[in-house]
Amino acid sequence: MDRRVVVRTRSLSKDYHLGDTVVHALRGVTLDIHGAEFVAVMGASGSGKSTFVNILGCLDRPTRGSYELDGQDVSELTPNDRAVVRKTRIGFVFQGFNLLQRTTALENVEMPLHYARVPAKERRARATALLAAVGLADRAHHFPSQLSGGQQQRIAIARALVNKPTLILADEPTGNLDSRTSVEIIEILQRLSDEEGMTIVLITHEEDIARFAQRQVLFRDGRIKADRPVDRRASAAEVLRALPPEDEEEQA
Amino acid sequence: MIDLSTLQMALRALARNKMRSGLTMLGIIIGVAAVIVMVAIGEGAKYAVQNQIASMGSNLLVVFPGTTTQGGVRHGWGSMSTMTIDDVEAIARECPAVRMSAPGVRSVAQAVSQSQNWSTSLQGTTPEYFEIRNWPFRSGESFGYGDVAAMANVCVLGATAADKLFGSEDPVGLVVRIKNLPFRVAGVLEPKGQSVMGSDQDDTIVIPYTTLQRKVLGISHLNMIFVSAVSQSDTAVASEQVTSLLRQRHRIQLYQEDDFSIRNLSDVASTAAATSSVMTLLLASIAGVSLLVGGIGVMNIMLVSVTERTREIGIRMAVGALAREIMGQFLVESVVLALLGGSIGILVGIGGARAISAMAKWPTLISPASIALAFAFSAAVGIFFGLYPARKASQLDPIDSLRYE
Repeated sequence: MDRRVVVRTRSLSKDYHLGDTVVHALRGVTLDIHGAEFVAVMGASGSGKSTFVNILGCLDRPTRGSYELDGQDVSELTPNDRAVVRKTRIGFVFQGFNLLQRTTALENVEMPLHYARVPAKERRARATALLAAVGLADRAHHFPSQLSGGQQQRIAIARALVNKPTLILADEPTGNLDSRTSVEIIEILQRLSDEEGMTIVLITHEEDIARFAQRQVLFRDGRIKADRPVDRRASAAEVLRALPPEDEEEQA
Repeated sequence: MIDLSTLQMALRALARNKMRSGLTMLGIIIGVAAVIVMVAIGEGAKYAVQNQIASMGSNLLVVFPGTTTQGGVRHGWGSMSTMTIDDVEAIARECPAVRMSAPGVRSVAQAVSQSQNWSTSLQGTTPEYFEIRNWPFRSGESFGYGDVAAMANVCVLGATAADKLFGSEDPVGLVVRIKNLPFRVAGVLEPKGQSVMGSDQDDTIVIPYTTLQRKVLGISHLNMIFVSAVSQSDTAVASEQVTSLLRQRHRIQLYQEDDFSIRNLSDVASTAAATSSVMTLLLASIAGVSLLVGGIGVMNIMLVSVTERTREIGIRMAVGALAREIMGQFLVESVVLALLGGSIGILVGIGGARAISAMAKWPTLISPASIALAFAFSAAVGIFFGLYPARKASQLDPIDSLRYE
């Protein structure tokens, strides 16, 4: 494993003010995530894991404490500078896929490159290559509404990768998928981690999914309750092979 | 910031909802078309008035004799008989702002041709008259200076008089009897239509003033003097010069009033032109209101669009779109809507103006300036009414937007 520290948080806290009451969503989270690590962040709803991920993704900023991404302190940045960090270093994968409707798969993958000022020709080349990498080369000109959930999520992964980020944040990426498709998506993430050395933070509340990660971090009441390596890490590829062959249901 | 791909993105976004984009554009189309048509009608009316002004004569001033008072009874303008042909010649010779001048003697007479008779006005003058009044000949030609000197019995017929006396026949060379004197017809004038005052300028017979003065009326004074200034802007100067010259020639003392009056017909005309300008402005501002309403339609739709696309905005922000890029995108969309609507509106407006011209016989005039103005105005509408929705979009919170259902 790469010893470079990609994520370093120190006493990270976040308070929300709801009228007169203050909600302490995070109460001092200190965590290091190294390069090429595949970490599952777990916890019940209200445990603070969503707040934590929003801060990791530079969508939000902490009330107290510090957050360094790739050696740069990003906890005090302006909204504009945070947008630049998201554009250059972070790739998001969401539970609801969050693809642009009535926009082709290829254009969806290209979209972040538009904001990165990448020329049209290179945009097309990179997006096409990534679609091929997630196995959807033949679906480039389909709209999301014409594709299955698994296919849509693979497009979302391609979109997350297109800006060559240092960190992938996958927020319940399998929440809307059946179990077989879930494993297929996890298999892609595992491959990214193992073969490409991508740092991945996977947010999930399912034990079944978390067992594919290398390390599990459990949140409760805004604090880290447990932080443990996964002893017998499951291989998504092997699980897939063990499953009965699929009857082309995705093509329907 | 607004590069080609932003434009492509905006076009794609608009194309995704064709029906709505079309209806939004319709507001702008109607607004711009209304502006174009209304301005065309207004400008057309102004052009018609200007034509009428030109038809009166080039930079025309008319000098009338003053009033006389007999035993406390004040006669109207024109009752004095102090104006003579010498005044006419002196005006042309001594006033630098005057291009030419012509005498005028008026009367009314029953004219008789071989088959018809017709009561019409008689105008005695010199050949300069036709030039001062910008009055071309339909056939034949003017009588000459020799005819004036010789008190010849020649006449030029106005179009109405010619038609009433001779019908469709060309009267040049034929004879008209006026007050029992035979007059040879030398020419027929082009029709001029109604004067600014509404009388038929073509219902007239023009003969040498000498003939009218001596042979018909037995007088030696003039009823009016036609003066043509060097240019439109010189009419006021010409009027002053004629005034001081005539006062001097008529030996009028400082404390005495003029024994003549000068009417500057271009004043009447410029009043008419100003009226039609006001009408143009009025029509254009009514049309402008409909363009404004169209603009509010754009704003309305953009606001709906921002709400509806909250999630899209969240996604774009998550992948690193800056607030100003989101703002730029929505602004470009509204400007594209407005400009596209504006362009179609210009075409519809031009077509509409032509149709009105053809059907209602109204003169319309489409100026490039009004097209440029309509185009610029619709761009301004797009920016102005797009700004608020675009700003609203750019200020959305990415976390909330991503969760928006």
